[in-house]
Amino acid sequence: MNSFPWLTVAGGIPLLGAVVLVLVPSRGALSPGDSAPGDSAPGDIAARNRLAKLLALAFSLVTLVWVIVMATRFNASGPRYQLTETYSWIPQFGVHYAVGVDGIALVLIGMTAVLQPAVILASWNDVDVLGKPVKNYFALMMVLQTMTIGVFAATDVFLFYVFFEAMLIPMYFMIGSFGVGARQYAAVKFLLYSLLGGLLMLVAVIALYVYSGESAATGHHGTFLIQTLVNVTLSSTTQKWLFLGFFIAFAIKAPLWPFHTWLPDATASAQPGAAVLMLGVMDKVGTFGMIRYCLELFPAAAHYFTVLIITLAVISVLYGAIVAIGQTSLKRLIGYTSISHFGFIVLGIFALTSQGGSGATLYMVNHGFVTGALFLLIGFLIARRGSDKIADYGGVQKIMPVFAGLFLVSGLAGLSMPGLSTFVSEFLVLVGTFDRYKVPAVFATVGIILAAIYILWMYQRTMNGPTPEPVAAQLTGRDLRARELLAVVPLVALIIAMGVYPKPVLDVINPAVHSTLTQIHVTDPVPAHPATAQNGAQP
Amino acid sequence: MTTLAATGVLRASWLLLAFPVFGAAVLLIGGRRTDKWGHLLGVTMSLASFVYGMIAYFTLLGYPAAERSRDLHMFSWVPVAGFQANIGILIDPLSMCFVLLITGVGSLILIYSVGYMAHDVERRRFFGYLNLFIAAMLLLVLADNYLALYAGWEGVGLASYLLIGFWQFKPAPPVAAKKAFIANRVGDVGLSIAIMLMFAEFGSFNFGPVFASAHSGGTGVTTALGLLLLLGACGKSAQVPLQSWLLDAMEGPTPVSALIHAATMVTAGVYLIVRSNPIFNDSPAAQLAVTVVGAVTLLVGAIIGCAKDDIKKALAGSTMSQIGYMMLAAGLGPAGYVFAIAHLLAHGFFKAGLFLGAGSVMHGMEDEVNMRRYGALRKFLPYTFVTFGLGYLAIIGIPPFSGFFTKDGIIDAAWEKGGTSGWILAACAITGAGITAFYMTRVMLMTYFGAKRWDEPGPQGGAEPRTGQPQPQPHEHALHPHESPWVMVFPMIILAIGSVGAGAFLIINGRLQSFLAPVVGVPPEAHGIWTWPGIIALALALAGVGLAWTMYGRVPVPAMAPRGSIFARAARQDLYGDAFNESVLMRPGQWLTRLSVYFDNRGVDGLVNTIAAIIGGSSGRLRRIQTGFARSYALSMLIGAVLLVAGLLVVRL
Repeated sequence: MNSFPWLTVAGGIPLLGAVVLVLVPSRGALSPGDSAPGDSAPGDIAARNRLAKLLALAFSLVTLVWVIVMATRFNASGPRYQLTETYSWIPQFGVHYAVGVDGIALVLIGMTAVLQPAVILASWNDVDVLGKPVKNYFALMMVLQTMTIGVFAATDVFLFYVFFEAMLIPMYFMIGSFGVGARQYAAVKFLLYSLLGGLLMLVAVIALYVYSGESAATGHHGTFLIQTLVNVTLSSTTQKWLFLGFFIAFAIKAPLWPFHTWLPDATASAQPGAAVLMLGVMDKVGTFGMIRYCLELFPAAAHYFTVLIITLAVISVLYGAIVAIGQTSLKRLIGYTSISHFGFIVLGIFALTSQGGSGATLYMVNHGFVTGALFLLIGFLIARRGSDKIADYGGVQKIMPVFAGLFLVSGLAGLSMPGLSTFVSEFLVLVGTFDRYKVPAVFATVGIILAAIYILWMYQRTMNGPTPEPVAAQLTGRDLRARELLAVVPLVALIIAMGVYPKPVLDVINPAVHSTLTQIHVTDPVPAHPATAQNGAQP
Repeated sequence: MTTLAATGVLRASWLLLAFPVFGAAVLLIGGRRTDKWGHLLGVTMSLASFVYGMIAYFTLLGYPAAERSRDLHMFSWVPVAGFQANIGILIDPLSMCFVLLITGVGSLILIYSVGYMAHDVERRRFFGYLNLFIAAMLLLVLADNYLALYAGWEGVGLASYLLIGFWQFKPAPPVAAKKAFIANRVGDVGLSIAIMLMFAEFGSFNFGPVFASAHSGGTGVTTALGLLLLLGACGKSAQVPLQSWLLDAMEGPTPVSALIHAATMVTAGVYLIVRSNPIFNDSPAAQLAVTVVGAVTLLVGAIIGCAKDDIKKALAGSTMSQIGYMMLAAGLGPAGYVFAIAHLLAHGFFKAGLFLGAGSVMHGMEDEVNMRRYGALRKFLPYTFVTFGLGYLAIIGIPPFSGFFTKDGIIDAAWEKGGTSGWILAACAITGAGITAFYMTRVMLMTYFGAKRWDEPGPQGGAEPRTGQPQPQPHEHALHPHESPWVMVFPMIILAIGSVGAGAFLIINGRLQSFLAPVVGVPPEAHGIWTWPGIIALALALAGVGLAWTMYGRVPVPAMAPRGSIFARAARQDLYGDAFNESVLMRPGQWLTRLSVYFDNRGVDGLVNTIAAIIGGSSGRLRRIQTGFARSYALSMLIGAVLLVAGLLVVRL
């Protein structure tokens, strides 16, 4: 059954945008391969760059509108996968172009669509000074969006794998060519880690196909379609090996301790916009994959490895936070806080409770917005001061009050202040974990103290206290401009809205989490002493 | 008592929260455009909540006692399967006491701040934060479940952080603000885990269901819950061992110290325990822990209060001590709950009044806080002197002022507990009363009596830096102390009236007791006004006054703090609370952080890089078979993958 190709078009718009962007001539003459620099006036180049940026923004906004309309077509209480399209792609191997979304995939695509225009707006002038084709940077962003939409929408494991690997390419170039500092080292490290994980997953994907061909559930026709694969029975040993193939790939992407060491370097070397797409969107593929693939395809293995993974997740929570406290660079600090936050997400997933699963999914969305806002704001600061060292700041609140206000709200979301979005997801994860695993939950809860330390200490050192002379000289009278506000204020507004009233998003997520847990035959623990009285009359 | 749905005028009780939320949103988002009238909006919103609070109070009084618990469901906040968190308002006698305290004292302090902050360019932001605080504090006391309470709990912590660090361009306030937030977070871990435990045990964290099934959970569960809630209360209410942030919090503007760090927020821990009375009533162990924390803190705070030369820090030590009394009472169960709340309300009046008085003195003394630079100010600030003096008589428990009724109630309840523990607790409380009288008399004498010390040339600084006291800084010009404007004096007068009459009003005829009875139960036996423990406490208090007079009234106060005995120096250093934190928590924490950063850079990452280097070395030999064509790489990858799969199939996993 094919519905109207909502998802294909959603992924296609940014790709089309990328093509159009590349077609914008970068130099005065339309001669391809022209190598002589300076054959057009600088003003000309600036105008062309501006055109490319405006096109990128326009396409990202069209994508956003499309995704919003698409979301209204989704019925949360309807079937698991909706807006599906299935076409045979490589019939010899049972490969399909099959897409469709459940509530989990839908909210992640929504997050991608929201972040993209914000990132484009915020990155407006980031790469102008590098002397490289500006349009390519934005085209890479657009391609990346196509890949991420594809990876969330794919319901064929092979298609998922293709998007999963293809996604690396634009990010590799965004860091390697357009980054800062030791960008090539960071890009290669990022690529090698990801490729290693991808290869392990490829083995597992192929094995899955082979086993599916032997199963009666598929009528002995090998397939990659997830909805068929979940019915294939695998021996528990097979499950364990294949689980590991997927899980390690996802744990590298997520990133989970001890697979995380590529992340700080990549974060520090990427432009702020690229870092947001990497931390906010791309890395979510790892945790998304854990729910969709690790749990559903290999339930017995998931149970078997739960204790190990929960241990790694708690270590991530605490380790990421402790190392974040000790950072001297703003970008690396946010990178490490993300390791801590991903620890919470993985914890929620493997708690195997409704609260843990919904909390983890909501956390993925919230982390995208919060880290997005924080990182873009830090980018604005770095663009003005030319440094990402914490020690190079101080007393900024006094001269950039609007910036400081937005930075504070985003930071408070990072430390899980109730009323802001992260709190809801973090508390759900903790309560869902506590229901089954009391000790890990208690350890993870200590993370809320550490989060307060790393956020508030960073805020104090950059925003509070007397303003040093060089900071005053460079930042006075340079509070956020309209373009920057336009990029960040919607994110901050979403952070507040989803902290006060997360119900609409939870209503979309809950059924998908419920069917995932039903699929793997787990039910929520029953309270030891269920409450007898109701708290007052409800209207 | 069963909870009924809110009807009639109480259906609008969401307005209590909506007014200050609106004020905070307009002032904080509106920015400088609202500078001109921002403070007026802030005061108006607080007053509007107070007016509605009065209406709600009298509406509640109109109901029969058994029907005074009213719930208003606002919206579903976090619904996930069995976890159903709502934002709902519970109007009952206990929450009503707090609503009137918060909005009443809050409005007075906001009015005072109009004058106190008149010359601050950021006054509008100050009022925005205060509105945010009032909203969060009201959510804390009005929530009908623990998760919404937690939201308010963290919200007041945020407002406290923002207001302690209000003068953020100075070096000290931001550090103090961060310290307060982090110390509170330690307590918050306890409260969050308590909520998780409630959900795991009872499947709910709404007050009604939790209290109804608390007993069925067994003593193990209620003790665990009680201790976790106590940890939360220690953080918020600055009780030992999480007390150290409160003294630093005095870096905030004085109205903040009065409202947040004396009258309301720091008493939230007492509210939490009294609200959770069905849990504590079921666990003698948790109750004992509460009384011990209270007794220790009331002595620690009082001792610190004796040694401080900074008027605000002396009062902050006193606040810790007085909240210690309330905690002690709350730990006594139904015998003490009423007195805990009565003392809390009376304290809200007299301590807010004392702080506003201190602020008024600072206002007239160019922000000087060192009492050794005060003296003889009664002639220059007559209204401040009289209102401060009434607050002083209230706190040291001279009949018939407020403290006499409420504090003696606590001392008496501890005495009635009986046994060794009752004896010790009562002894602590009585001793505390004597010390309280000493340090408050010291504050009075140093500030308002004796010779004026503010026109002396200040000694050159750095004479004795180790005393931990603010050393007098030479003023560039002579000070001219003056009385504060009416907008500041008026709230002080109202609070002074409360300091005089609140205790008698609440205690005589058991007025508060019968009002609160549906929520917290009734004390097992009635107390008279005059009891032996109370008389002993009063005698000790008079002795304390006398001792203070011999030390600070009869002889001139030196402008420089004397070196003092080993005890005096320990008290000046907050009984080494900060030193303890630094050596036991901060230093090891810093080492752990540094070690982890080093390990992450060298260890985990280095291991990976070493492996990469080894592979790189051996790859030199492999280079010959490398053709450099992507196609052949892809082919070899595919072959490798196929071989792996084939291997998997052969061994038949």
